[in-house]
Amino acid sequence: MKRKEYAWAYLFISAPILGFLLFAFIPLSYSVYVSFTEYSGYQAPVFTGTENYVKLAMDDELFWKTLFNTFYSALSIPIGMAVALGIAMALNQKVRGIRFFRTMFFLPTISSVIALTLLWKWIFNDSYGLLNYLLELVGIRGPAWLSSETWAMPAMIIQGVWAGLGINMVLYLAALQGVPKSFHEAAEIDGASRWQRFVRITIPCISPTTLYILITSTITALQDFPRFQIMTEGGPNYSTTTIVYYLFQNAFRYMSMGYASAMAWALGLLILAITLLNFWLSRRWVHYD
Amino acid sequence: MSNAAIARSARQRRKRAGEQARQAFAYLFLTAGSLVMAIPFLWMLSTSLKEQGREFEMPPKWIPEVFEWQNYVFVLTEADILKGFLNTLLVISLPCLVGLFTSALAANAFARMDFPAKNVLFTLLLATMMIPGVVTMIPTFILFKHIGWIDSWLPLMVPGMFGAAAAVFLLRQFFMTIPKELEEAAKVDGMNPLHIFLRIMLPLSKPAVITQGLLGFLAGYNDFLGPLIYINTPEKFTLQLVLASFQGFYTSQWTYIMAGSVLALIPSLLLFFFAQRYFVEGITLTGMKG
Repeated sequence: MKRKEYAWAYLFISAPILGFLLFAFIPLSYSVYVSFTEYSGYQAPVFTGTENYVKLAMDDELFWKTLFNTFYSALSIPIGMAVALGIAMALNQKVRGIRFFRTMFFLPTISSVIALTLLWKWIFNDSYGLLNYLLELVGIRGPAWLSSETWAMPAMIIQGVWAGLGINMVLYLAALQGVPKSFHEAAEIDGASRWQRFVRITIPCISPTTLYILITSTITALQDFPRFQIMTEGGPNYSTTTIVYYLFQNAFRYMSMGYASAMAWALGLLILAITLLNFWLSRRWVHYD
Repeated sequence: MSNAAIARSARQRRKRAGEQARQAFAYLFLTAGSLVMAIPFLWMLSTSLKEQGREFEMPPKWIPEVFEWQNYVFVLTEADILKGFLNTLLVISLPCLVGLFTSALAANAFARMDFPAKNVLFTLLLATMMIPGVVTMIPTFILFKHIGWIDSWLPLMVPGMFGAAAAVFLLRQFFMTIPKELEEAAKVDGMNPLHIFLRIMLPLSKPAVITQGLLGFLAGYNDFLGPLIYINTPEKFTLQLVLASFQGFYTSQWTYIMAGSVLALIPSLLLFFFAQRYFVEGITLTGMKG
Protein backbone atom coordinates (compact mmCIF):
# COMPACT_ATOMS: atom_id res chain seq x y z
CA MET A 1 0.00 0.00 0.00
CA LYS A 2 2.67 2.45 1.08
CA ARG A 3 4.97 1.37 -1.70
CA LYS A 4 2.26 1.93 -4.25
CA GLU A 5 1.77 5.48 -3.04
CA TYR A 6 5.52 6.12 -3.28
CA ALA A 7 5.44 4.91 -6.86
CA TRP A 8 2.65 7.35 -7.71
CA ALA A 9 4.49 10.19 -6.01
CA TYR A 10 7.73 9.50 -7.86
CA LEU A 11 5.80 9.34 -11.11
CA PHE A 12 4.25 12.72 -10.32
CA ILE A 13 7.57 14.42 -9.65
CA SER A 14 9.50 12.62 -12.37
CA ALA A 15 9.25 15.33 -15.06
CA PRO A 16 10.61 18.30 -13.05
CA ILE A 17 13.30 16.10 -11.47
CA LEU A 18 14.36 14.81 -14.88
CA GLY A 19 14.30 18.40 -16.15
CA PHE A 20 16.52 19.40 -13.25
CA LEU A 21 19.05 16.71 -14.15
CA LEU A 22 19.03 17.39 -17.89
CA PHE A 23 18.87 21.17 -17.96
CA ALA A 24 20.47 22.20 -14.69
CA PHE A 25 22.65 19.60 -13.05
CA ILE A 26 24.39 18.10 -16.09
CA PRO A 27 24.95 21.41 -17.92
CA LEU A 28 26.20 22.97 -14.71
CA SER A 29 28.72 20.22 -14.08
CA TYR A 30 29.83 20.20 -17.69
CA SER A 31 30.25 23.95 -17.67
CA VAL A 32 32.68 23.73 -14.75
CA TYR A 33 34.85 21.51 -16.92
CA VAL A 34 34.47 23.70 -20.03
CA SER A 35 35.56 26.74 -18.06
CA PHE A 36 38.99 25.10 -17.67
CA THR A 37 39.37 24.44 -21.40
CA GLU A 38 39.74 26.13 -24.72
CA TYR A 39 36.64 25.25 -26.68
CA SER A 40 35.29 26.65 -29.93
CA GLY A 41 32.19 24.50 -30.02
CA TYR A 42 33.54 22.66 -33.09
CA GLN A 43 36.61 20.70 -32.00
CA ALA A 44 36.81 18.86 -28.71
CA PRO A 45 37.66 21.02 -25.66
CA VAL A 46 41.38 21.29 -24.86
CA PHE A 47 42.21 21.38 -21.17
CA THR A 48 44.14 24.53 -20.31
CA GLY A 49 44.03 24.54 -16.52
CA THR A 50 43.30 27.86 -14.89
CA GLU A 51 44.34 29.87 -17.94
CA ASN A 52 40.84 31.29 -18.58
CA TYR A 53 40.47 32.47 -15.02
CA VAL A 54 43.95 34.00 -14.96
CA LYS A 55 43.23 35.83 -18.20
CA LEU A 56 39.94 37.05 -16.75
CA ALA A 57 41.53 38.44 -13.63
CA MET A 58 44.80 39.74 -15.08
CA ASP A 59 44.66 40.45 -18.80
CA ASP A 60 41.16 41.34 -19.78
CA GLU A 61 40.50 45.01 -19.17
CA LEU A 62 37.20 44.77 -20.97
CA PHE A 63 35.96 42.22 -18.45
CA TRP A 64 36.52 44.66 -15.61
CA LYS A 65 35.06 47.52 -17.57
CA THR A 66 31.90 45.54 -18.35
CA LEU A 67 31.69 44.44 -14.72
CA PHE A 68 31.83 48.09 -13.70
CA ASN A 69 29.19 48.98 -16.31
CA THR A 70 26.92 46.27 -14.94
CA PHE A 71 27.10 47.66 -11.42
CA TYR A 72 26.67 51.17 -12.76
CA SER A 73 23.48 50.10 -14.55
CA ALA A 74 22.27 48.49 -11.32
CA LEU A 75 21.80 52.03 -9.96
CA SER A 76 18.35 51.64 -11.43
CA ILE A 77 17.53 49.30 -8.52
CA PRO A 78 17.64 51.75 -5.57
CA ILE A 79 16.14 54.55 -7.69
CA GLY A 80 13.38 52.28 -8.95
CA MET A 81 12.62 50.95 -5.47
CA ALA A 82 12.29 54.44 -4.00
CA VAL A 83 9.98 55.61 -6.80
CA ALA A 84 7.90 52.43 -6.62
CA LEU A 85 7.47 52.84 -2.87
CA GLY A 86 6.37 56.45 -3.37
CA ILE A 87 3.75 55.40 -5.91
CA ALA A 88 2.55 52.54 -3.74
CA MET A 89 2.17 54.91 -0.77
CA ALA A 90 0.18 57.35 -2.88
CA LEU A 91 -2.04 54.49 -4.08
CA ASN A 92 -2.50 53.44 -0.47
CA GLN A 93 -4.13 56.83 0.40
CA LYS A 94 -7.62 55.48 -0.30
CA VAL A 95 -7.56 57.14 -3.73
CA ARG A 96 -10.20 56.42 -6.31
CA GLY A 97 -9.31 54.89 -9.65
CA ILE A 98 -6.68 52.67 -8.06
CA ARG A 99 -7.23 50.09 -10.81
CA PHE A 100 -6.55 52.66 -13.52
CA PHE A 101 -3.37 53.95 -11.91
CA ARG A 102 -2.13 50.45 -11.18
CA THR A 103 -2.67 49.49 -14.81
CA MET A 104 -0.75 52.52 -16.05
CA PHE A 105 2.31 51.71 -13.97
CA PHE A 106 2.05 48.04 -14.77
CA LEU A 107 1.92 48.34 -18.57
CA PRO A 108 5.68 48.09 -19.26
CA THR A 109 5.92 44.99 -17.06
CA ILE A 110 3.81 42.93 -19.44
CA SER A 111 5.17 44.53 -22.61
CA SER A 112 7.82 43.07 -24.85
CA VAL A 113 11.31 44.19 -23.85
CA ILE A 114 12.21 44.55 -27.51
CA ALA A 115 9.25 46.80 -28.32
CA LEU A 116 9.93 48.99 -25.28
CA THR A 117 13.62 49.22 -26.07
CA LEU A 118 12.97 50.22 -29.68
CA LEU A 119 10.50 52.80 -28.40
CA TRP A 120 13.01 54.34 -26.02
CA LYS A 121 15.70 54.32 -28.65
CA TRP A 122 13.41 56.57 -30.65
CA ILE A 123 12.62 58.69 -27.59
CA PHE A 124 16.35 59.17 -26.88
CA ASN A 125 17.07 60.14 -30.50
CA ASP A 126 19.15 63.31 -30.14
CA SER A 127 17.59 65.44 -32.88
CA TYR A 128 14.08 64.06 -33.31
CA GLY A 129 13.45 62.25 -30.04
CA LEU A 130 10.65 63.08 -27.65
CA LEU A 131 12.87 63.55 -24.61
CA ASN A 132 15.10 66.24 -26.06
CA TYR A 133 12.03 67.96 -27.49
CA LEU A 134 10.42 68.07 -24.04
CA LEU A 135 13.69 69.25 -22.48
CA GLU A 136 13.88 72.01 -25.06
CA LEU A 137 10.39 73.18 -24.04
CA VAL A 138 11.79 73.94 -20.58
CA GLY A 139 14.93 75.48 -22.03
CA ILE A 140 17.37 72.59 -21.62
CA ARG A 141 19.49 71.44 -24.50
CA GLY A 142 19.48 67.66 -24.13
CA PRO A 143 22.60 65.57 -24.71
CA ALA A 144 23.05 63.10 -27.56
CA TRP A 145 21.92 60.41 -25.15
CA LEU A 146 22.82 57.11 -26.76
CA SER A 147 25.83 58.26 -28.75
CA SER A 148 27.49 59.96 -25.79
CA GLU A 149 29.85 57.99 -23.62
CA THR A 150 28.73 60.00 -20.61
CA TRP A 151 24.98 59.85 -21.17
CA ALA A 152 24.38 56.42 -22.65
CA MET A 153 24.38 54.63 -19.31
CA PRO A 154 22.19 57.21 -17.54
CA ALA A 155 19.76 56.79 -20.45
CA MET A 156 19.72 53.03 -19.87
CA ILE A 157 19.12 53.61 -16.16
CA ILE A 158 16.19 55.92 -16.89
CA GLN A 159 14.70 53.35 -19.22
CA GLY A 160 15.29 50.58 -16.69
CA VAL A 161 13.57 52.47 -13.88
CA TRP A 162 10.60 53.32 -16.10
CA ALA A 163 10.18 49.75 -17.32
CA GLY A 164 10.61 48.11 -13.91
CA LEU A 165 8.26 50.19 -11.75
CA GLY A 166 5.17 48.02 -12.16
CA ILE A 167 6.22 44.86 -10.38
CA ASN A 168 7.83 46.63 -7.44
CA MET A 169 4.83 48.93 -7.08
CA VAL A 170 2.40 45.98 -6.92
CA LEU A 171 4.60 44.22 -4.36
CA TYR A 172 4.99 47.33 -2.21
CA LEU A 173 1.28 48.08 -2.36
CA ALA A 174 0.45 44.59 -1.10
CA ALA A 175 3.02 45.01 1.69
CA LEU A 176 1.66 48.42 2.70
CA GLN A 177 -1.86 47.04 2.86
CA GLY A 178 -0.54 44.42 5.27
CA VAL A 179 0.79 46.98 7.79
CA PRO A 180 -1.59 46.80 10.80
CA LYS A 181 -3.55 50.05 11.18
CA SER A 182 -3.40 49.72 14.96
CA PHE A 183 0.38 50.34 14.87
CA HIS A 184 -0.10 53.73 13.24
CA GLU A 185 -3.01 54.65 15.50
CA ALA A 186 -1.08 53.78 18.64
CA ALA A 187 1.91 55.79 17.47
CA GLU A 188 -0.29 58.74 16.56
CA ILE A 189 -1.78 58.80 20.06
CA ASP A 190 1.75 58.80 21.45
CA GLY A 191 2.39 61.92 19.37
CA ALA A 192 4.63 60.45 16.68
CA SER A 193 4.94 62.62 13.59
CA ARG A 194 4.12 61.37 10.12
CA TRP A 195 7.81 61.03 9.26
CA GLN A 196 8.55 59.19 12.50
CA ARG A 197 5.74 56.76 11.80
CA PHE A 198 7.07 56.20 8.27
CA VAL A 199 10.59 55.47 9.49
CA ARG A 200 9.70 53.52 12.64
CA ILE A 201 6.59 51.61 11.50
CA THR A 202 6.12 51.50 7.75
CA ILE A 203 9.73 50.84 6.75
CA PRO A 204 10.28 47.97 9.23
CA CYS A 205 6.88 46.42 8.46
CA ILE A 206 7.55 46.26 4.73
CA SER A 207 11.21 45.27 5.08
CA PRO A 208 10.66 41.62 4.00
CA THR A 209 9.27 42.90 0.70
CA THR A 210 12.19 45.30 0.35
CA LEU A 211 14.61 42.41 0.80
CA TYR A 212 12.73 40.30 -1.74
CA ILE A 213 12.77 43.07 -4.35
CA LEU A 214 16.42 43.85 -3.64
CA ILE A 215 17.52 40.24 -4.10
CA THR A 216 15.45 39.43 -7.19
CA SER A 217 16.25 42.72 -8.93
CA THR A 218 19.95 42.34 -8.23
CA ILE A 219 19.99 38.87 -9.76
CA THR A 220 18.09 40.16 -12.80
CA ALA A 221 20.08 43.38 -13.21
CA LEU A 222 23.44 41.63 -13.09
CA GLN A 223 22.34 39.45 -16.02
CA ASP A 224 20.59 42.14 -18.05
CA PHE A 225 21.58 42.51 -21.67
CA PRO A 226 18.99 42.30 -24.50
CA ARG A 227 17.91 45.89 -24.01
CA PHE A 228 21.54 47.01 -24.16
CA GLN A 229 22.06 45.10 -27.37
CA ILE A 230 19.05 46.76 -29.02
CA MET A 231 19.54 50.25 -27.64
CA THR A 232 23.29 50.87 -27.95
CA GLU A 233 24.94 47.64 -29.09
CA GLY A 234 27.14 48.14 -26.06
CA GLY A 235 28.60 51.43 -27.26
CA PRO A 236 29.81 54.04 -27.55
CA ASN A 237 33.28 52.74 -26.78
CA TYR A 238 31.93 49.85 -24.63
CA SER A 239 30.37 52.29 -22.19
CA THR A 240 27.15 50.26 -22.10
CA THR A 241 28.52 46.75 -22.63
CA THR A 242 27.27 44.77 -19.65
CA ILE A 243 29.08 41.68 -18.49
CA VAL A 244 26.51 39.25 -19.89
CA TYR A 245 26.57 41.07 -23.22
CA TYR A 246 30.35 40.67 -23.30
CA LEU A 247 30.01 37.03 -22.28
CA PHE A 248 27.42 36.46 -24.99
CA GLN A 249 29.73 37.93 -27.62
CA ASN A 250 32.59 35.75 -26.45
CA ALA A 251 30.48 32.61 -26.55
CA PHE A 252 28.43 33.09 -29.69
CA ARG A 253 30.34 35.63 -31.81
CA TYR A 254 33.98 34.76 -31.16
CA MET A 255 33.11 31.16 -30.26
CA SER A 256 35.31 31.18 -27.15
CA MET A 257 33.02 28.92 -25.18
CA GLY A 258 35.63 27.99 -22.61
CA TYR A 259 36.51 31.57 -21.81
CA ALA A 260 32.84 32.57 -21.75
CA SER A 261 32.10 29.70 -19.36
CA ALA A 262 34.78 30.93 -17.00
CA MET A 263 33.20 34.35 -17.19
CA ALA A 264 29.77 32.85 -16.49
CA TRP A 265 31.10 31.11 -13.40
CA ALA A 266 32.83 34.24 -12.17
CA LEU A 267 29.54 36.11 -12.54
CA GLY A 268 27.49 33.25 -11.09
CA LEU A 269 29.67 33.10 -7.98
CA LEU A 270 29.56 36.89 -7.70
CA ILE A 271 25.75 36.80 -7.83
CA LEU A 272 25.72 34.08 -5.20
CA ALA A 273 28.06 36.07 -2.97
CA ILE A 274 25.95 39.23 -3.31
CA THR A 275 22.76 37.30 -2.59
CA LEU A 276 24.27 35.76 0.54
CA LEU A 277 25.62 39.14 1.59
CA ASN A 278 22.17 40.61 1.16
CA PHE A 279 20.67 37.88 3.33
CA TRP A 280 23.37 38.29 5.94
CA LEU A 281 23.04 42.06 6.11
CA SER A 282 19.26 41.72 6.15
CA ARG A 283 19.38 40.34 9.68
CA ARG A 284 20.08 43.89 10.78
CA TRP A 285 17.23 45.58 8.97
CA VAL A 286 14.55 43.07 8.05
CA HIS A 287 11.82 42.40 10.60
CA TYR A 288 9.51 39.41 10.30
CA ASP A 289 6.28 40.15 12.23
CA MET B 1 -20.26 73.33 23.89
CA SER B 2 -17.50 73.00 26.39
CA ASN B 3 -14.02 74.27 25.63
CA ALA B 4 -12.71 70.72 25.44
CA ALA B 5 -15.33 69.80 22.84
CA ILE B 6 -14.48 72.87 20.75
CA ALA B 7 -10.82 72.01 20.88
CA ARG B 8 -11.59 68.43 19.90
CA SER B 9 -13.70 69.39 16.91
CA ALA B 10 -11.05 71.89 15.78
CA ARG B 11 -8.46 69.15 15.99
CA GLN B 12 -10.65 66.84 13.94
CA ARG B 13 -11.22 69.51 11.34
CA ARG B 14 -7.51 70.13 11.09
CA LYS B 15 -6.91 66.42 10.75
CA ARG B 16 -9.50 66.12 8.02
CA ALA B 17 -7.97 69.07 6.18
CA GLY B 18 -4.58 67.40 6.44
CA GLU B 19 -5.99 64.21 5.04
CA GLN B 20 -7.58 66.06 2.14
CA ALA B 21 -4.33 67.82 1.36
CA ARG B 22 -2.53 64.51 1.42
CA GLN B 23 -5.07 62.95 -0.90
CA ALA B 24 -4.83 65.88 -3.29
CA PHE B 25 -1.08 65.46 -3.31
CA ALA B 26 -1.45 61.73 -3.92
CA TYR B 27 -3.69 62.40 -6.93
CA LEU B 28 -1.28 64.95 -8.30
CA PHE B 29 1.66 62.58 -7.91
CA LEU B 30 -0.20 59.63 -9.42
CA THR B 31 -1.51 61.65 -12.35
CA ALA B 32 1.96 62.98 -13.12
CA GLY B 33 3.35 59.46 -12.82
CA SER B 34 0.67 58.01 -15.08
CA LEU B 35 1.52 60.62 -17.69
CA VAL B 36 5.18 59.63 -17.55
CA MET B 37 4.11 56.03 -18.12
CA ALA B 38 1.54 56.79 -20.83
CA ILE B 39 3.34 59.39 -22.94
CA PRO B 40 5.97 57.02 -24.36
CA PHE B 41 3.21 54.63 -25.43
CA LEU B 42 1.22 57.48 -27.01
CA TRP B 43 4.37 58.64 -28.78
CA MET B 44 4.78 55.12 -30.14
CA LEU B 45 1.21 55.06 -31.39
CA SER B 46 1.45 58.56 -32.83
CA THR B 47 4.68 57.80 -34.70
CA SER B 48 3.26 54.56 -36.05
CA LEU B 49 0.45 56.48 -37.76
CA LYS B 50 2.58 59.14 -39.40
CA GLU B 51 3.49 59.42 -43.02
CA GLN B 52 7.01 58.22 -43.78
CA GLY B 53 9.41 61.08 -43.01
CA ARG B 54 6.96 63.24 -41.08
CA GLU B 55 8.00 61.63 -37.82
CA PHE B 56 11.03 63.93 -37.97
CA GLU B 57 8.97 67.13 -38.03
CA MET B 58 9.67 69.51 -35.17
CA PRO B 59 7.72 70.34 -33.10
CA PRO B 60 6.12 66.91 -33.33
CA LYS B 61 2.41 66.65 -34.08
CA TRP B 62 0.79 64.32 -31.56
CA ILE B 63 -2.17 63.63 -33.82
CA PRO B 64 -1.09 63.20 -37.43
CA GLU B 65 -3.14 65.12 -40.00
CA VAL B 66 -3.66 61.97 -42.02
CA PHE B 67 -3.61 58.56 -40.35
CA GLU B 68 -1.18 56.49 -42.37
CA TRP B 69 -2.64 52.98 -41.87
CA GLN B 70 -0.39 51.92 -44.69
CA ASN B 71 2.42 51.51 -42.14
CA TYR B 72 0.49 48.71 -40.49
CA VAL B 73 -0.43 47.12 -43.79
CA PHE B 74 3.22 47.20 -44.78
CA VAL B 75 4.44 45.71 -41.53
CA LEU B 76 1.81 42.97 -41.64
CA THR B 77 2.39 42.01 -45.25
CA GLU B 78 5.96 42.89 -46.21
CA ALA B 79 7.65 42.41 -42.87
CA ASP B 80 7.12 39.04 -41.24
CA ILE B 81 5.23 40.23 -38.17
CA LEU B 82 2.30 37.89 -38.74
CA LYS B 83 4.54 34.94 -39.49
CA GLY B 84 6.57 35.69 -36.38
CA PHE B 85 3.42 35.81 -34.31
CA LEU B 86 2.27 32.43 -35.61
CA ASN B 87 5.73 30.96 -35.02
CA THR B 88 5.66 32.26 -31.46
CA LEU B 89 2.27 30.67 -30.86
CA LEU B 90 3.52 27.36 -32.26
CA VAL B 91 6.65 27.50 -30.12
CA ILE B 92 5.08 28.41 -26.80
CA SER B 93 1.59 26.86 -26.71
CA LEU B 94 2.51 23.23 -26.21
CA PRO B 95 5.35 23.76 -23.69
CA CYS B 96 3.10 26.13 -21.78
CA LEU B 97 0.29 23.59 -21.40
CA VAL B 98 2.46 20.53 -20.88
CA GLY B 99 4.76 22.40 -18.50
CA LEU B 100 1.81 23.59 -16.48
CA PHE B 101 0.52 20.04 -16.19
CA THR B 102 3.86 18.51 -15.17
CA SER B 103 4.47 21.33 -12.68
CA ALA B 104 1.03 20.86 -11.14
CA LEU B 105 1.51 17.09 -10.87
CA ALA B 106 4.78 17.55 -9.03
CA ALA B 107 3.32 20.29 -6.87
CA ASN B 108 0.52 17.93 -5.91
CA ALA B 109 2.99 15.25 -4.87
CA PHE B 110 5.07 17.69 -2.82
CA ALA B 111 1.99 19.18 -1.16
CA ARG B 112 -0.01 16.06 -0.40
CA MET B 113 1.89 12.82 -0.80
CA ASP B 114 4.42 11.14 1.38
CA PHE B 115 7.56 9.55 -0.02
CA PRO B 116 11.23 9.01 0.87
CA ALA B 117 13.65 11.86 0.14
CA LYS B 118 10.75 14.28 -0.39
CA ASN B 119 12.42 17.24 1.32
CA VAL B 120 15.78 16.68 -0.34
CA LEU B 121 14.20 16.55 -3.78
CA PHE B 122 12.10 19.61 -3.11
CA THR B 123 15.09 21.60 -1.90
CA LEU B 124 17.04 20.50 -4.96
CA LEU B 125 14.28 21.75 -7.22
CA LEU B 126 14.09 25.07 -5.39
CA ALA B 127 17.83 25.46 -5.72
CA THR B 128 17.43 25.62 -9.51
CA MET B 129 15.59 28.91 -9.06
CA MET B 130 18.75 30.35 -7.54
CA ILE B 131 21.02 29.34 -10.42
CA PRO B 132 21.67 32.37 -12.62
CA GLY B 133 20.52 31.58 -16.17
CA VAL B 134 23.83 32.82 -17.53
CA VAL B 135 25.70 29.86 -16.05
CA THR B 136 23.59 27.21 -17.80
CA MET B 137 23.26 29.13 -21.08
CA ILE B 138 26.49 27.91 -22.71
CA PRO B 139 26.48 24.23 -21.64
CA THR B 140 22.82 23.90 -22.62
CA PHE B 141 23.70 25.33 -26.03
CA ILE B 142 26.52 22.78 -26.35
CA LEU B 143 24.11 20.00 -25.37
CA PHE B 144 21.58 20.97 -28.04
CA LYS B 145 24.36 21.41 -30.57
CA HIS B 146 25.51 17.85 -29.96
CA ILE B 147 22.08 16.42 -30.64
CA GLY B 148 21.63 18.62 -33.71
CA TRP B 149 18.80 20.82 -32.46
CA ILE B 150 20.38 24.18 -33.36
CA ASP B 151 18.24 26.31 -35.66
CA SER B 152 15.14 24.37 -34.68
CA TRP B 153 12.38 25.22 -32.22
CA LEU B 154 13.08 22.18 -30.06
CA PRO B 155 15.50 23.88 -27.62
CA LEU B 156 12.82 26.51 -27.02
CA MET B 157 10.08 23.92 -26.54
CA VAL B 158 11.41 20.81 -24.85
CA PRO B 159 12.91 22.16 -21.57
CA GLY B 160 9.67 23.94 -20.67
CA MET B 161 7.69 20.73 -20.89
CA PHE B 162 9.49 19.34 -17.86
CA GLY B 163 7.87 21.98 -15.69
CA ALA B 164 9.32 24.99 -13.93
CA ALA B 165 10.60 25.10 -10.36
CA ALA B 166 8.84 28.40 -9.65
CA ALA B 167 5.49 27.03 -10.83
CA VAL B 168 5.94 23.87 -8.75
CA PHE B 169 6.67 25.99 -5.71
CA LEU B 170 3.71 28.33 -6.07
CA LEU B 171 1.20 25.65 -6.97
CA ARG B 172 2.38 23.62 -4.00
CA GLN B 173 1.65 26.58 -1.74
CA PHE B 174 -1.84 26.71 -3.17
CA PHE B 175 -2.52 22.97 -2.99
CA MET B 176 -1.60 22.99 0.68
CA THR B 177 -4.51 25.32 1.42
CA ILE B 178 -7.12 22.94 -0.03
CA PRO B 179 -8.95 21.02 2.74
CA LYS B 180 -8.00 17.38 2.98
CA GLU B 181 -11.50 15.95 3.58
CA LEU B 182 -12.50 15.73 -0.07
CA GLU B 183 -9.31 13.95 -0.95
CA GLU B 184 -9.73 11.47 1.89
CA ALA B 185 -13.32 10.69 0.88
CA ALA B 186 -12.12 10.06 -2.67
CA LYS B 187 -9.40 7.75 -1.36
CA VAL B 188 -12.01 5.74 0.54
CA ASP B 189 -13.97 5.48 -2.69
CA GLY B 190 -10.91 3.89 -4.24
CA MET B 191 -9.80 6.72 -6.56
CA ASN B 192 -6.14 6.53 -7.50
CA PRO B 193 -3.85 9.56 -7.00
CA LEU B 194 -4.03 10.61 -10.65
CA HIS B 195 -7.80 10.60 -10.51
CA ILE B 196 -7.79 12.61 -7.31
CA PHE B 197 -5.44 15.12 -8.91
CA LEU B 198 -7.50 15.49 -12.08
CA ARG B 199 -10.95 15.41 -10.51
CA ILE B 200 -10.44 17.23 -7.23
CA MET B 201 -7.17 19.12 -6.84
CA LEU B 202 -6.95 20.62 -10.32
CA PRO B 203 -10.55 21.94 -10.52
CA LEU B 204 -10.27 23.41 -7.02
CA SER B 205 -7.12 25.33 -7.85
CA LYS B 206 -8.23 26.85 -11.13
CA PRO B 207 -7.24 30.47 -10.26
CA ALA B 208 -3.71 29.49 -9.26
CA VAL B 209 -3.28 27.31 -12.33
CA ILE B 210 -4.59 30.04 -14.65
CA THR B 211 -2.24 32.57 -13.06
CA GLN B 212 0.76 30.32 -13.59
CA GLY B 213 -0.37 29.59 -17.14
CA LEU B 214 -0.68 33.28 -17.99
CA LEU B 215 2.68 34.16 -16.49
CA GLY B 216 4.30 31.30 -18.40
CA PHE B 217 2.62 32.27 -21.65
CA LEU B 218 3.67 35.90 -21.32
CA ALA B 219 7.24 34.97 -20.46
CA GLY B 220 7.39 32.74 -23.53
CA TYR B 221 5.79 35.36 -25.75
CA ASN B 222 8.29 38.02 -24.69
CA ASP B 223 11.35 35.74 -24.64
CA PHE B 224 14.15 37.10 -26.79
CA LEU B 225 17.35 35.51 -25.53
CA GLY B 226 16.30 31.90 -26.24
CA PRO B 227 15.34 32.48 -29.89
CA LEU B 228 18.38 34.74 -30.33
CA ILE B 229 20.73 31.94 -29.32
CA TYR B 230 19.06 29.05 -31.12
CA ILE B 231 17.32 30.33 -34.26
CA ASN B 232 19.20 31.47 -37.36
CA THR B 233 16.80 30.99 -40.27
CA PRO B 234 14.49 34.01 -40.74
CA GLU B 235 11.52 31.73 -41.59
CA LYS B 236 11.73 30.31 -38.08
CA PHE B 237 12.01 33.66 -36.28
CA THR B 238 9.66 34.26 -33.39
CA LEU B 239 7.87 37.57 -33.13
CA GLN B 240 10.51 39.13 -30.85
CA LEU B 241 13.29 38.21 -33.27
CA VAL B 242 11.35 39.63 -36.21
CA LEU B 243 10.79 42.83 -34.28
CA ALA B 244 14.46 43.09 -33.29
CA SER B 245 15.46 42.59 -36.91
CA PHE B 246 13.43 45.69 -37.88
CA GLN B 247 16.31 47.80 -36.63
CA GLY B 248 18.62 46.47 -39.28
CA PHE B 249 16.04 46.39 -42.07
CA TYR B 250 14.34 49.71 -41.53
CA THR B 251 17.15 51.84 -40.14
CA SER B 252 15.62 55.15 -38.96
CA GLN B 253 12.28 54.28 -40.54
CA TRP B 254 10.68 54.83 -37.19
CA THR B 255 7.12 54.71 -38.52
CA TYR B 256 7.56 51.05 -39.45
CA ILE B 257 9.50 50.18 -36.33
CA MET B 258 6.82 51.73 -34.12
CA ALA B 259 3.97 50.10 -36.06
CA GLY B 260 5.64 46.73 -35.55
CA SER B 261 6.15 47.47 -31.86
CA VAL B 262 2.49 48.44 -31.42
CA LEU B 263 1.40 45.19 -33.06
CA ALA B 264 3.76 43.17 -30.88
CA LEU B 265 2.28 44.76 -27.76
CA ILE B 266 -1.37 44.12 -28.62
CA PRO B 267 -1.57 40.42 -27.63
CA SER B 268 0.01 40.93 -24.21
CA LEU B 269 -2.12 44.01 -23.57
CA LEU B 270 -5.31 42.12 -24.41
CA LEU B 271 -4.25 39.25 -22.18
CA PHE B 272 -3.53 41.67 -19.37
CA PHE B 273 -6.79 43.58 -19.59
CA PHE B 274 -8.88 40.43 -19.53
CA ALA B 275 -6.92 38.77 -16.76
CA GLN B 276 -5.51 41.64 -14.73
CA ARG B 277 -6.65 40.07 -11.46
CA TYR B 278 -4.63 36.90 -12.08
CA PHE B 279 -1.46 38.81 -12.92
CA VAL B 280 -1.57 41.03 -9.89
CA GLU B 281 -2.42 38.13 -7.59
CA GLY B 282 0.27 35.96 -9.11
CA ILE B 283 2.98 38.56 -8.64
CA THR B 284 1.87 39.43 -5.13
CA LEU B 285 1.89 35.76 -4.20
CA THR B 286 5.42 35.36 -5.55
CA GLY B 287 6.59 38.29 -3.46
CA MET B 288 4.84 37.18 -0.30
CA LYS B 289 6.56 33.83 -0.29
CA GLY B 290 9.98 35.30 -1.08
